[in-house]
Amino acid sequence: MCTKHVASIALLVLATSTIAAGPAPAPRAGGINGTVTFTGTPPKMLKIDMAKEPSCEKQHPTPVMTESVVTGPGSTLANVVVYVSAGDQPGPAPTETVRYDQKGCEYLPHVAVMHVGQPLEIYNDDQTSHNIHPLAKANPEWNKSQPAGSPPIKASYDKPEFIAVKCNVHPWMHGYFAVLGTAHFATTDGNGKFTIPDLPPGKYTLIAWHERFGTQTQEVTVGGSEAKADFVFKALPY
Amino acid sequence: MPDTPAPPAVGLRETVEKIRVLKHVPPTGFLRTHVFSLDHKVIGKQYLDLALVAVLTGMVLSWLMRFHLAYPDVAIPGLGRLAPTRAAGGVMTPELYLSLMTMHGTIMVFFVLTTAPFAGFGNFVLPIQVGAEDMAFPRFNMMSFWVTLVAFLVLLAAFFVPDGPPLSGWTAYAPLSAIGKDAGPGQGGGQTLWALSIAIFCVGQLLGALNFIATTLDLRARGMTFMRMPYSTWAWFITAVIGLIAFSVLLPACILLILDRVAGTSFFIPAGLVVSDRLQPHSGGSPLLWQHLFWFFGHPEVYIAILPGFGIISHILPVFARKPLLGPKVAVACMAAIAFLSYTVWGHHMFLSGMNPLSATLFSVPTLIITIPATIMVLLWIGTVYGGRLRLTTACLFCLGFISVFVSGGISGFFLAQPSIDTYLHGTYFVVGHFHFVMGVAAMFGIFAGTYFWFPKMYGRMMNETLGKIHFTLTLIGVYATFMPMHYLGLAGNVRRYSAFTDDYMKGSLPLHRFITAAALFTGAVQLIFLVNLVWSRLRGAKAPDNPWQATSLEWSVPSPPPFDNFGGKHPVVAHGPDEYGRTGPEGDFVMQAAPTAGGTA
Amino acid sequence: MGKLFAVIVAVITAVSAGVFIARVWWLPPDISVLGAGIDHQLGETMIASGVLFVLSQLVLAVFVWQYADAGDGRAVKIFPGGATPMVVLATVLVGIEILVLTLVGTRVWAGIFLSPPDPNALHIDVQAEQFAYYFRYPGADGKFGVPHPELIDDGNGNFFGLDPANDTTARDDIVAASLVVPVNRPVLLTLHAKDVGHAFYVPELRVQQDFVPGLVIPLQFTATEVVKKEIVCTQLCGLGHFNMRAYLEVKPPDQFAQWLTEQAAQ
Repeated sequence: MCTKHVASIALLVLATSTIAAGPAPAPRAGGINGTVTFTGTPPKMLKIDMAKEPSCEKQHPTPVMTESVVTGPGSTLANVVVYVSAGDQPGPAPTETVRYDQKGCEYLPHVAVMHVGQPLEIYNDDQTSHNIHPLAKANPEWNKSQPAGSPPIKASYDKPEFIAVKCNVHPWMHGYFAVLGTAHFATTDGNGKFTIPDLPPGKYTLIAWHERFGTQTQEVTVGGSEAKADFVFKALPY
Repeated sequence: MPDTPAPPAVGLRETVEKIRVLKHVPPTGFLRTHVFSLDHKVIGKQYLDLALVAVLTGMVLSWLMRFHLAYPDVAIPGLGRLAPTRAAGGVMTPELYLSLMTMHGTIMVFFVLTTAPFAGFGNFVLPIQVGAEDMAFPRFNMMSFWVTLVAFLVLLAAFFVPDGPPLSGWTAYAPLSAIGKDAGPGQGGGQTLWALSIAIFCVGQLLGALNFIATTLDLRARGMTFMRMPYSTWAWFITAVIGLIAFSVLLPACILLILDRVAGTSFFIPAGLVVSDRLQPHSGGSPLLWQHLFWFFGHPEVYIAILPGFGIISHILPVFARKPLLGPKVAVACMAAIAFLSYTVWGHHMFLSGMNPLSATLFSVPTLIITIPATIMVLLWIGTVYGGRLRLTTACLFCLGFISVFVSGGISGFFLAQPSIDTYLHGTYFVVGHFHFVMGVAAMFGIFAGTYFWFPKMYGRMMNETLGKIHFTLTLIGVYATFMPMHYLGLAGNVRRYSAFTDDYMKGSLPLHRFITAAALFTGAVQLIFLVNLVWSRLRGAKAPDNPWQATSLEWSVPSPPPFDNFGGKHPVVAHGPDEYGRTGPEGDFVMQAAPTAGGTA
Repeated sequence: MGKLFAVIVAVITAVSAGVFIARVWWLPPDISVLGAGIDHQLGETMIASGVLFVLSQLVLAVFVWQYADAGDGRAVKIFPGGATPMVVLATVLVGIEILVLTLVGTRVWAGIFLSPPDPNALHIDVQAEQFAYYFRYPGADGKFGVPHPELIDDGNGNFFGLDPANDTTARDDIVAASLVVPVNRPVLLTLHAKDVGHAFYVPELRVQQDFVPGLVIPLQFTATEVVKKEIVCTQLCGLGHFNMRAYLEVKPPDQFAQWLTEQAAQ
C-alpha cells in the first residue's frame, strides 16, 4: 500500500477507536478490596439488658449483644475501618452527609466513618431522650441532649481521630466516629469484606483499624485493576 | 457633782452619738444621694429593688419549668433562639430544666428571701425603729449592698458561659458539683461562677449582719430598752446573729468547692470515681462533708428567711387589730428559741444520706421541738386577732394570710421531721410543697405585708388599697392551688427534680401537674397587679401622712419619707412599748413610743 | 373583706383536707415487712396534723369574721389568760405528740436501719451510675469479685470493672440490670456509687437510701409479694436523673432460682 493509504487507515482506526471509546478517559482507576479475618478466640459478646428503657427494650424481640467484636462466617471481622493513610492526594471533604442514628437505644452504624470536615447528622429515632457524648481528645469534646422528636444534631470534625461515642443517659450505648484525612475508606461488612473504589494507580499504605484488636498496616500497589489486601487480626478472649 | 441635774454619764454611746452628729451631713450630688449612698434608707430600697428584679427573674424561670413539666414535648416559643444548644427547636432538654431549677432556687433563696425581708426592710426600718440616725457602720452598709449586687451579677453570668448554668440544684451536692466538666453539661464554668457568687454573697451578708447587731445593741435611743424594741427589730437582730454564724460557714464551704474544681484538691471527692468514662484523679474527700457544711448553713438560712416575717407580722398585726401582741416576752423568747434550735437540726436534711442512723433520731428530736415555739407564735398571733377591731387593710390581710400559709407549711414539716416517715417522703414533691409553703409563700407574704405597710414611709405615697386587696385575694387562692397539690403528689411517691415523668407509676400524675402549672401561671400573672400598684403608686399615689396607719413605733413619728438623718437632728426619747394599742392616747386609741409619759417626764 | 377571707380560708381548708381524707392520691399498697410500721406512723401523723390544721385554719377564719372592725367603737379584748394558755397548749399538746411519735417512730426507724443483717439474707451488690443501676449476685462461689474502677467499660458490659482474667472470684459474678429477688426472703443490698450521688427508692417497699460516692452503704428489706415495681433515683445526679430507673422483680423462690441459673449460664 502506499503511505497515503496507510496513513488514512490509521487515522480512520484512531478516529473510530477514539469515537468508540468516548471522551478521552482518565488513567484507569482501580480499587482495593479484601477480607478481614482473625485468628485465636475472640471475647464473648454480652447480652445488653435495656430493662431501664422499656420503649427501647420493646423494639428488640431478639437479644441485643455488645458490639466491640462482631464476627461473621469464616472467622471474619465486621466493623473494621480500612483506609488509605499514605499515597493518595488530599482532596476536599465529600459533601454528602454521614448519618448516625440512635435507634432502639443503639448507635447505627456502630462505626461511622467520615472525612475531616464532612457533615455529620445525628438523629434520635427513639421515644426517649438521648445525650450523645463523643469522647474526642484531639477534636473538641462536646455532648448534646436530644429529647424525643428533636431535630438532628449537625456536627463535623476538623482533625483525624478515632472517637469513642457514648450516650450519657444509656450506659450500654457505644459506638465510634472514625474521622479520617482521606476520602478513600471502607468498613467491613458482616462477611468481613470491604471495597475501596476509585483509586488511581500507585503505591498506597492501607491501615485496618478495629476498636478492640488495634491496627494493622499494609502496603498495596494499585495497577489498572482491582488490588487485593487481606488483613488478619489476633483475637484475645479478654 | 453640784446640784444641777447630773448630765448623763459620758459613756461610749454618747461619744459615738456626738461624733456621728458632727459627721452626719446630708449627702450632695446625684451619685452620693441615690447611687453610692451611705444612707440606710437608700440602701434598704436598693436591696428591695434588687430583690424585685431577682424575684421576677426567679418567677419567669419557674414558669418555664412548670410549663415543661406539664407539656414536656411541646416547644416553648422563643426558647429555641435563647438557648439554641440546650433547647434546640424550643423543646427544653433535661439539662436545661435542671439548670433553670438550680438558678430558680439559688436566686429565690439568696437574692429574694435573704435580701428583701432582712437586708431590704431591715436596713430601712431598723435604725428608725430604734431611734438612731443611721446604721452603726454606714460604709460597711453601702459595701454590703454593692457586694450583694456583684454577687447577683456573677450568678447571672452563669447563664452566658458556654457550658451554661449549673444543674446541681441550689444545694450543689458534691461530687456532682465538685468534679468539674466531666460531671456533665452545666458543670463547667457555670458551677464555679455559682460558688463564687455565693461566696461573695456571704461577704455582703456578713457585713450587713455586723451592722444590724451593732446598731441594735449600741444605737438605741434613750428609753428604748430591749423589751420596748418593736418585734420586727427583735427579729432582724436575731436574724443577724443567725446569719453571722451561718454565712461564716457557707463562705469557706464555697471556697473549698472552688478549690476542688479548679485547684485539684479533694475536699469533697473520694477516690475511684469514674465519670464520663474517666477515672477522676481525686482522692480522700467526703461528699458528706459538703452536706454537713451546706446544711449547717442551710437550715439556719431558712430561718433567716422566715424570722423577719415573724417579726413583721408581730409588728403589723397589733397595728391593725388595735391591740397589743399577745405575750410580748413570750414572742421574743420564741424567736430566740427558734434561732438557737435552728443550729441543732441540720441533719434532718440528711436522714437518708448514709450517716449513722442513730444521728437521725438525734436530729429528729430538736426538729420536732422547734414546732413548739413556732406553734406558740401562731397561737399568739391568733390570740391577738381574738377580741381585736381588725382594720382589714392589705398589709393586715397579708399578715392573716401569713398565719394560714405558715400553719400549712409548718404542718407538712412535722411529717418530714420524723425519719421513719421521711424514708418515704424524702425526695418527693411533699418536700417541694413543704418548703414552698414556708419559704415561697409565707416568707413572700411577709414581704408583701412589709411592702404594703412601709411603702408610705419609704416613698411618701400610699399604695392603692383596692388593687392590694385584689392582689391578696387572688394570690391566696393561687398559692394554695399551686402548692397544696404537691403534697398529694408526694404521698403518691412522685419524685422531685425530675424534668419529666416517664416512670410507669408517675405517669398518672400528669393531670395534677398540669393543674399546678395552670395555678402557678395564674398566680404569676396576678403579681402583675402588685407590680402595677408599685409603679403607679410611686409615681401617682396619694401623698402619705406621717402616720397613715395610726401606729406607735418610732418610724411613724417622723415624716414620710423621713429626712436624711431620720429624726431631723432631734433625739427621740422612748417612754412606751412598741404596741400600745387599745388604750386612749392623745391621738386616738394608741400611744406612740416617743410620746411623753402621763407625768410629762421623759 | 374579713368575711371573704374567712370563707376563702374555710373553703381551702375543707377542700385540702377532703382530698387527703379521700386518699385521692395516696401511697401505693406496701409490699414490705416494714411497710405496716411506716404506714401506721404516717397515718397517726396525718390524723394529728389534720386535726391541728383544720382547727387552726377554722379558728383563724372565725376570729377574722368575728373581729373585723364593725365601726362600733367597741373595746378590744385580751385573750383570757393572756399568753399563758397558748404556751401551755402548745407545749403540752405538741409536746405529747412529739413524745409519742418519737417513741413509736424510733422503733420503726430502728427496724429499717439499726437491725443487724439477717444471716439468711441474700446479698446483692448494687452500683448506681449516671444513669442506670446494675446489680451483682455473687454466683456459685458466694463471693463477690473485686471491682476495679479503672477497668470499667460500660460499652462492653463490664459495669463493675471486674477482672475475670486474673480474679477467680469474679468469674461467676452475675451482673443484671434488674433487681430480681425471691419473695419473703431478706435481701441485703450493699450500695455504692460509681460517679456522683444517687439514691435507691421503691415507694412500695417503703425503702429509700442515698448512694454516697466513697461509701458502701447497707440496706435491708424483705419483699412480701410477687410483683414488678420500679426503682427510681431520688438524688439529683445530672441530666438523666429523671430517666434513671431499674425494675425490682420479686419472684417465687423456684422462679428466682431458675432465673439465677439462666443468668449464670451466660
